[in-house]
Amino acid sequence: MDRFLSLFQDYDILGAFWANIQLTFWAALGSFVLGTILALMRISPVPSFQWVGASYVNIFRNTPLTIIIVFGVLGLYSQLQVQLNENFNLNFFMLAIVGLTVYHAAFVCEAIRSGVNTVPLGQAEAARAIGLSFFPAAWLIILPQALRGAVAPLGNVLIALTKNSTVATAGSVAETSGLMRTMLEFNGDIALLIFLIFAVGFVIIVIPIGLATTWLSKKLAVAR
Amino acid sequence: MATEPAVRPLVELKNVNKHFGALHVLQNINLEVTKGEVVVVIGPSGSGKSTLCRAINRLETIDTGEILIDGKRLPSEGKGLAALRADVGMVFQSFNLFAHKSILENVTLGPVKVKKMKPDAAKDLAMGLLERVGVANQAQKLPAQLSGGQQQRVAIARALAMKPKVMLFDEPTSALDPEMINEVLDTMVELAREGMTMIVITHEMGFARKAADRVIFMADGQIVEQATPEEFFTNPRSERAKDFLGKILEH
Repeated sequence: MDRFLSLFQDYDILGAFWANIQLTFWAALGSFVLGTILALMRISPVPSFQWVGASYVNIFRNTPLTIIIVFGVLGLYSQLQVQLNENFNLNFFMLAIVGLTVYHAAFVCEAIRSGVNTVPLGQAEAARAIGLSFFPAAWLIILPQALRGAVAPLGNVLIALTKNSTVATAGSVAETSGLMRTMLEFNGDIALLIFLIFAVGFVIIVIPIGLATTWLSKKLAVAR
Repeated sequence: MATEPAVRPLVELKNVNKHFGALHVLQNINLEVTKGEVVVVIGPSGSGKSTLCRAINRLETIDTGEILIDGKRLPSEGKGLAALRADVGMVFQSFNLFAHKSILENVTLGPVKVKKMKPDAAKDLAMGLLERVGVANQAQKLPAQLSGGQQQRVAIARALAMKPKVMLFDEPTSALDPEMINEVLDTMVELAREGMTMIVITHEMGFARKAADRVIFMADGQIVEQATPEEFFTNPRSERAKDFLGKILEH
């Protein structure tokens, strides 16, 4: 028990988790916006938009997240000199958010598209019949219903994103998986306890997300 | 108006053809509907009557031919098409009320978003129309909370809110329980009496007799026969029509 408590004194475990929560929050926000735009492109009647949306999804969904995150540091920052912030650490943090965003946007897009499939075709026809063109029809009629139908798959993306935020360590961001490795190096004798701390920590973060999305998907379901 | 020729049809279809794959679903359709006319289209299922109705506001594209609304050619896409659709009211078999919006919002959405009407004015307009179709007391509810007949009357109000030049009804009572059919038909009869131009796909002979100026009988993608309701129901000329009427009037 003493060792357990001293771990929390010697290492900023909560701070590391806080970093993951922040990464998750900003990447969730970014990927939701980007994913919605991509979904709109994929359901639009314009072939070139459909093509761009589909290509994006197929490229980023099939690229390992680690490669995207490492590219942020070695490709964007080192090679291309892309600097998002003056602050050295904050810069890597933001690059990691960008990486997480572009990767998960592909999954958000597909989750929203699965929600679009829950909206009967008649809804779009009725919207067109009163004179709405594609964008207002999609924005006012299709998306609001699609998002309600996509709460559960979007929740799954959010859960995956929460855990995938640990990949940010490959992008030189101080967060849980990096801290865990450091702790294991110096406290190999209690490796199992350290693993347990981080596993339980993520379970504590993720379980409420699962409960909330289940509750929301029931509450927001569109009555037909 | 004085400069317009009085006889120009409001809806005009010229040599319209459409295929669904190998199926020639609309075969050289020619049809003119004048202002204020009520046309009932009947025919066996698969005769193309629904496709015809949907083609008039381009929910279905056509392969060849021309469709004119008030003398203007139906644009193929974009803002022009949206504007033209606003002039053509459509009532669907399955109502298609916007499921996530209240009854009132269903009716105000078009005027506010398409016609850029002030929300207050749109609300007044909508409440007046809901009053007219007899569902004003349901204005705050969601569509799923209403009966089918009430939903269909809201759908009529939603279409009317755009002040359309012509109203299309695609089997408006086919999805309704028998006891709700009349409340919808009554609303439609009233609309016809007020001079609305209507194209109605229906099997309701009562409505056709009461409100229609003309009955069009379609079979196998063709307009087989056109006549006044009385003439058509009592003395159909074509074998196809006789056969069809024999089947539906038997019971």
